[in-house]
Amino acid sequence: MSAITKTFFAAAALTALTAGNAIAADMTIVSWGGAYSASQQNAYHDPYMAANPGVNIINDDSSAEAVAKLRAMAEAGNTTWDVVDVVASDAMRLCDEGLAMEIDHDSQLAAAPDGTPASKDFGDLIVSECFIPQIVYSTTFGFRSDVAEWGGKEPDDICDVFDLDTFPGKRSLEKRPINNMEWALLCSGVAKADVYDVLETEEGQAKALAKLDTIKDQTIWWSAGADTPQLLADGEVVIGSTYNGRLFALIEEQKQPVKMLWDAQVFDLDGWIIPAGLSDERKKAAMDYIYFATDTQRLADQAKYISYGPARASSAPLVGKHAALGIDMAPHMPTDPNNAKNTFLYNYSWWADYRDDLDAKFQAWLAQ
Amino acid sequence: MSERAQPLLAADGTPLKRSIERSLRRQKIEAFLLVAPLLAFVLVTFVAPIADMLFRSVENQIVAQTLPATTDALKEWNPDVSALPDEAVFAALAVDMKAAVKSKTHTRLGSRLNYEKTGVASLFRKSGRRIKKWDLAGDAPFKDKFLDLDKKWGDPQLWQLLKLYSPVYTSGYFLNAVDLKKTPDGVEPRAESEQIYILLFQRTLFMSLAITLMCLLLGYPIAFLLSHLPMRTSNLLMILVLLPFWTSLLVRTSAWKVLLQQEGVINDVLVTIGLLGDSDRLQLINNQTGTIVAMTHILLPFMILPLYSVMRTIPPSYVRAAKSLGANDVTAFAKVYFPQSVPGIGAGSILVFILAIGYYITPELVGGTTGTFISNRIAYHISSSLNWGLAAALGSILLIAVLVLYYAYDRIVGIDNVKLG
Amino acid sequence: MLDGTNPFVRFRNVQKSYDGETLVVKNLNLDIEAGEFVTMLGPSGSGKTTCLMMLAGFETATHGEIELGGKPINNIPPHKRGIGMVFQNYALFPHMTVSENLAFPLKVRGMSAGDVQEKVKRALDMVQMRAFGDRKPAQLSGGQQQRIALARALVFEPELVLMDEPLGALDKQLREHMQYEIKHIHENLGVTVVYVTHDQSEALTMSNRIAVFDDGVIQQLDDPVTLYEKPENSFVAQFIGENNTLTGTVEALSKNVATVKLEAGDTVKALAVNTDGKGGRTSLSIRPERCVVSPKKVAGLSMLKGRIEELIYLGDHIRCRMNVAGNDEFIVKVPNTADQLGLEIGTETHVGWQTDDCRALDFKQV
Repeated sequence: MSAITKTFFAAAALTALTAGNAIAADMTIVSWGGAYSASQQNAYHDPYMAANPGVNIINDDSSAEAVAKLRAMAEAGNTTWDVVDVVASDAMRLCDEGLAMEIDHDSQLAAAPDGTPASKDFGDLIVSECFIPQIVYSTTFGFRSDVAEWGGKEPDDICDVFDLDTFPGKRSLEKRPINNMEWALLCSGVAKADVYDVLETEEGQAKALAKLDTIKDQTIWWSAGADTPQLLADGEVVIGSTYNGRLFALIEEQKQPVKMLWDAQVFDLDGWIIPAGLSDERKKAAMDYIYFATDTQRLADQAKYISYGPARASSAPLVGKHAALGIDMAPHMPTDPNNAKNTFLYNYSWWADYRDDLDAKFQAWLAQ
Repeated sequence: MSERAQPLLAADGTPLKRSIERSLRRQKIEAFLLVAPLLAFVLVTFVAPIADMLFRSVENQIVAQTLPATTDALKEWNPDVSALPDEAVFAALAVDMKAAVKSKTHTRLGSRLNYEKTGVASLFRKSGRRIKKWDLAGDAPFKDKFLDLDKKWGDPQLWQLLKLYSPVYTSGYFLNAVDLKKTPDGVEPRAESEQIYILLFQRTLFMSLAITLMCLLLGYPIAFLLSHLPMRTSNLLMILVLLPFWTSLLVRTSAWKVLLQQEGVINDVLVTIGLLGDSDRLQLINNQTGTIVAMTHILLPFMILPLYSVMRTIPPSYVRAAKSLGANDVTAFAKVYFPQSVPGIGAGSILVFILAIGYYITPELVGGTTGTFISNRIAYHISSSLNWGLAAALGSILLIAVLVLYYAYDRIVGIDNVKLG
Repeated sequence: MLDGTNPFVRFRNVQKSYDGETLVVKNLNLDIEAGEFVTMLGPSGSGKTTCLMMLAGFETATHGEIELGGKPINNIPPHKRGIGMVFQNYALFPHMTVSENLAFPLKVRGMSAGDVQEKVKRALDMVQMRAFGDRKPAQLSGGQQQRIALARALVFEPELVLMDEPLGALDKQLREHMQYEIKHIHENLGVTVVYVTHDQSEALTMSNRIAVFDDGVIQQLDDPVTLYEKPENSFVAQFIGENNTLTGTVEALSKNVATVKLEAGDTVKALAVNTDGKGGRTSLSIRPERCVVSPKKVAGLSMLKGRIEELIYLGDHIRCRMNVAGNDEFIVKVPNTADQLGLEIGTETHVGWQTDDCRALDFKQV
């Protein structure tokens, strides 16, 4: 880091130091905002503060820029965040960059009620040494159930997204290669097991983009999770991908004429990391919170407020009814057997390698 | 002659020049003290970040810092002689990696090099876990051990890459930013499927110019009208012009979404009055049209304000004089009024253009795929890919482009022909 | 009009209102002959500039007609009227050089480049500014700008030139100099000039005829001598030159001589010009230079008692402020002659004038 920057960041850090963290008991928890943060407030923060009156949790809705901000804070030598909610791929990135703390899951997290150690309870979901899984969500499709041109047919296969003859109308897809490339290959006749091997080759990438080309001019590309629900509600698109929790809210809370297409839903993970470089005192406080917030019951509790599956195997049986709507949450979970007939698991380490390369190609393809 | 050489003296005998200097020094110090707080503020918040950005676009210390012995040893390696470096280099790498794993910097280097070559991130991450357990003294030789660990260590391209990026400074980011790449054989264009930045720069320039032109076309008549109304009325109407400033950018942009989308207000109206069939609704958003419309609206006040303040100072007698001299309305406007409003056009256009060229929220929300700016890619590299060097290079090019345009403007129109009021 | 032919410029029953409630110009009738120099004189807000702007075409008359060369011009746009105009602040185009400014009216008329050059040169010569053709207006002094503005208004040889307080921004000396210059140019070119000013000495110096405006009405239209010597109402008497006013009531009226009882009690005789007849109130107007100060009564003059309040020595004459019949602003200009009158402040003396020099006009409270 240059000397100029050091001076600059030192000045910025000084300001931040006097402004925030004056009281030791403040704990800044960074998350995504909206309904998601509300579910965490209800399931984790409120009970934790009730049990620990000395702790005051401050919410910061910066998860979307968490990686960049953590890097900037680390360069400034003053990390003001205590616990950060990120998607698994960001957790890996933060871990690679040395910006997140490594965790020993078994010794630092609660075991399941039956004594199963945390690492077994979370299982494969621990995709990085720095990552503490919290929920399983999926990126999947919703479609309008009132499209006249479809003549009563409803899409039930991922490839229906690419079928403009049977299901005409606009689509919405995320403005990045991840998931889209996999779906395109699946619908170009590539077997699920071979998708990433094919995607590693130039031909495979061209094949995926060629498939996406068939719907390119009928697609609106989104970059915020709220876009697709809004586009579906406005009738701007007839079918679109987004996070399953957003679709749940659209269908069950806003009662829009939209249905779920669970086929080939892509599982993804969201969880906690603790920034590297915290003082021992703050690290201890953060770990105490994490220990509390990721136990079996707490994870199950969160599902009362939002339709994302708890990351612990032991939490699944405890998932109950929605706190406000009173409906059974289990059938709305991406992990429910009825929904998970055909699922796709996002390959984190593969994307960590290919993300830069494919993103450049994907954006170049989009821009043309 | 001797008198000429004699300096003029003040009353107390000191040379007059020195005496003047002394009296001016005090004034200078006072002037400096007055601007010092702002100067400090600008230095810290503006000059330093820009300097840092310019620096980041060429800075590449991470390779040499993380693998000091390896980069040193690689200097001896000639790729033309042997496809792979010899044992000395691998041994140096083992030492470096062991230290890097201990300080957990190897993964960071991996993500850095992954920008240049796909797969290096996971190679460094995976290798790190194994190398941690190596015994530097006992496990030699390391070449086979590395090849055994992952066959990618036997890829000559990887080593060429390491050698290429060993220097502390690199032109790599700038080359990437103009769709070129650094190879052992020199600079080469990127594969066509990866070329994006030149296109985006062109698009950014084109759209910024289009937005500036739209603002001028829409703003000029408004400013003209406002400047010819009585002060009371024009002040009232000026509030309407400034009204957009009172609502948040996001709200305004979202409002455009509601208006412009295919099921939106404008299309609905056109379909209702029968100008359009229900099936061929216009695509007004998520493309360049959307970006230009929304940004023209947002930036319009920046055009109107300087135009208005310049037009206010043009006395009506000029146009009257032109008419009394025989010029019709069009000639009087074109030959007399318009030239005097040029400083306002210059100021407004520069303001709008420079604001437009760096915009990113609005294009992100309404630009779709064809209506996005280079700044959207900069934002992506800052917050998502963490490729800050590339972001800095892109930003530097944008900065240079603006300065070049500014210089061109100065040469063509003259910067003293810019008036903000 | 006098000889039965059409005048060059004619205002017929012209009215102008901006707000629909008050008239800025009330029923204006004015004829201007070709070649005349007519000045519209009046205080600000009297309607004179509005009249000029209506003639130029920048304002439209609310009612009535304006004719130019016998043709109504109400519906002709300004640029087709062929009227030259000099503006208050010159309105020289700042982005053009002096030559370009002068060439402008010629170019818009489609004149050939050679002719343009020739005429511009001649116009510059006329105002003795030949060396300044390549300068920008901002590089000229006020007087130079004024000359260029004049040259520009004349370069396309209009038959009528309007000038809207063109000398207002100049200092006194330059202003007087320019007055003569404009007067000479007018005489040499024979162009018709309508000139607007609020400066009465400027009007007296330059004009053939002066139209005195007040309250949207022409109070009097006459040549400078008549206007000064024979004002027809109190406003004109007071506005043009210096004037002493005494108020009273007409007691008797015989032929054109009125006997007026002043408010202070004295009775004087005056020329009945504009009175309401016997019993009506009137304002008497007497020019300061027509008064005589004398310790004794002089036969044949109307004499009143007065007390000297202030004396100002002005070289060629002495300005003597007196209290006469209750008016302590009564001014007498005493010629600086060899036989000093021995004037002293506080002296009770007499002031007198010829009956014909005392004009009984409409009553106006001072």
